Amino acid sequence: MATTLNKPDATTTAAAPASEPAVRLDGVSKSFGRPGRSQLVLDGISLDVAPGEFVTLLGASGCGKSTLLNLVAGLDAPTSGTITVPGGRPALMFQEHALFPWLSAGKNIELALRLRGVPKAGRRPEAERLLELVRLKGSYGKRVHELSGGMRQRVALARALAQDSRLLLMDEPFAALDAITRDVLHEELTRIWSETGVSVLFVTHNVREAVRLAQRVVLLSSRPGRIARTWEVDIAQPRRIEDAEVSALSLDITEQLRGEIRRHGQH
Amino acid sequence: MASTETTEGKHGGGDLAGLEAGLDALDSKAADERPPLGRLLLSKLVPPLVAVALVLAVWQLAYWAEVKPDYILPSPLDVWGAIEKMWLDGVLLGYIWTSVSRGILGFAIAIAVGTPLGLLVARVKVVRAAIGPILTGLQSLPSIAWVPAALIWFGLTDTAIFAVVLLGAVPSIANGIVAGVDQIPPLYLRAGRTLGARGLTAVRHILLPAALPGYLAGLKQGWAFSWRSLMAAELIVTSAKLGTGLGQLMEGFRALQNMSGVLATIILILLVGVAIDLLFFSPLERRVLRSRGLLARNG
Repeated sequence: MATTLNKPDATTTAAAPASEPAVRLDGVSKSFGRPGRSQLVLDGISLDVAPGEFVTLLGASGCGKSTLLNLVAGLDAPTSGTITVPGGRPALMFQEHALFPWLSAGKNIELALRLRGVPKAGRRPEAERLLELVRLKGSYGKRVHELSGGMRQRVALARALAQDSRLLLMDEPFAALDAITRDVLHEELTRIWSETGVSVLFVTHNVREAVRLAQRVVLLSSRPGRIARTWEVDIAQPRRIEDAEVSALSLDITEQLRGEIRRHGQH
Repeated sequence: MASTETTEGKHGGGDLAGLEAGLDALDSKAADERPPLGRLLLSKLVPPLVAVALVLAVWQLAYWAEVKPDYILPSPLDVWGAIEKMWLDGVLLGYIWTSVSRGILGFAIAIAVGTPLGLLVARVKVVRAAIGPILTGLQSLPSIAWVPAALIWFGLTDTAIFAVVLLGAVPSIANGIVAGVDQIPPLYLRAGRTLGARGLTAVRHILLPAALPGYLAGLKQGWAFSWRSLMAAELIVTSAKLGTGLGQLMEGFRALQNMSGVLATIILILLVGVAIDLLFFSPLERRVLRSRGLLARNG
């Protein structure tokens, strides 16, 4: 494993978890472009996400975070290495809400249910239940453009949850939101994650966000993306982004991240 | 690895819910307000009426000034008289309906042919490379150029008329759906794929609804082409066996050197085209765009 763990007490859990992981990446590499002149974007990524675990992938631009999520989501194939997702097709949430503007909030969720094979009679109640889970009861008939940015991301979260996947992939889902709304959505995500027990692989370039949310933070280096270091986050939930422990660990990780970025300026 | 304590849930959910409700209320846009009907009429109806009145006034002045003899330039009232006469004879609606029903039927067939064709061109690279440029080229070919060919193939029949309408309308409908599909943000297609939409399911639930605005624009243009092609065909494909549409009516007036009748028919053709657009396509297009938040209400 290319990972280094700075918390000695966590090493025992890192060795072969008893249950099947929600996703296993084994030596995953990805290059783009023609053979011979291709560019290596991801290099030998090996990573397990345990069932119910919350992992954030952290990195600067060009570290291939989004590429990695696309690979796990099955939208693209790795150049080498294997990705195993035992729970079937993972749910994916984007930075843009990606809700369909021709459908209401509720119907967006129902489409996900329908594509999953939920019979017609069960769709409406399930969509209402998911809307309630993201605290948008009563927004079933709202059109996407009538919702605020935060509400759209919550509907998008509900739609992702409607896929009933054991793994939720999130690609900087809160990056475009204002700080107050983002803060609230962090709390919501933490709550929903602990209520549903879904495994989350969350990509971000925001260090504090990574520490605020995750049980484990994985730092990727850039060009090519490699796992530079891993931190177990032992801070009790519920956390706040302003918490001293969150700040302290964020500072530590930021120093590492800056070091990674600095290396690119030296040649 | 889930060894850290995470699910304490001691956090009071109530204050978060309240905070969130506040944010939602602050962030949501106020519902669009419909401007009062009177102002709407004033802003939408008066300008075109004034424009028409101006055209009529210039026409009437030209008539009074005797720019041309009145068998070449009749007055607006003469033309109105020609329309009135057809109305009083009880034949006006018949002529219009003959053309409109042909137009609608031809348009419907053009949709049935053009839509799958456009989807194929949009989604299959080889097909696009093969017939994409031909479709675009056909769109700029005046449909009247097909009339002689249609006459040789089908003779003086309705089939010849429909052939011209189809050849005129299918390319623009197909190109409309190609443009609609090309304009779809790739994100929707990715989102559809992660939700598990593949193949025909993806076409039905993602591709077609996402392409609808462009498709509607194509249909609107397709109707205009249908109507134009139909008039071109009717002008030439005239026979006692065929019903008299507006094109045949105009050709009849021309043969009699009845300029008032010719102008009256031109006005009728124009009115039908505008009416179908105003009564059918524009409301449909506005509805689709507004429901997607793509159209701001400007009162």
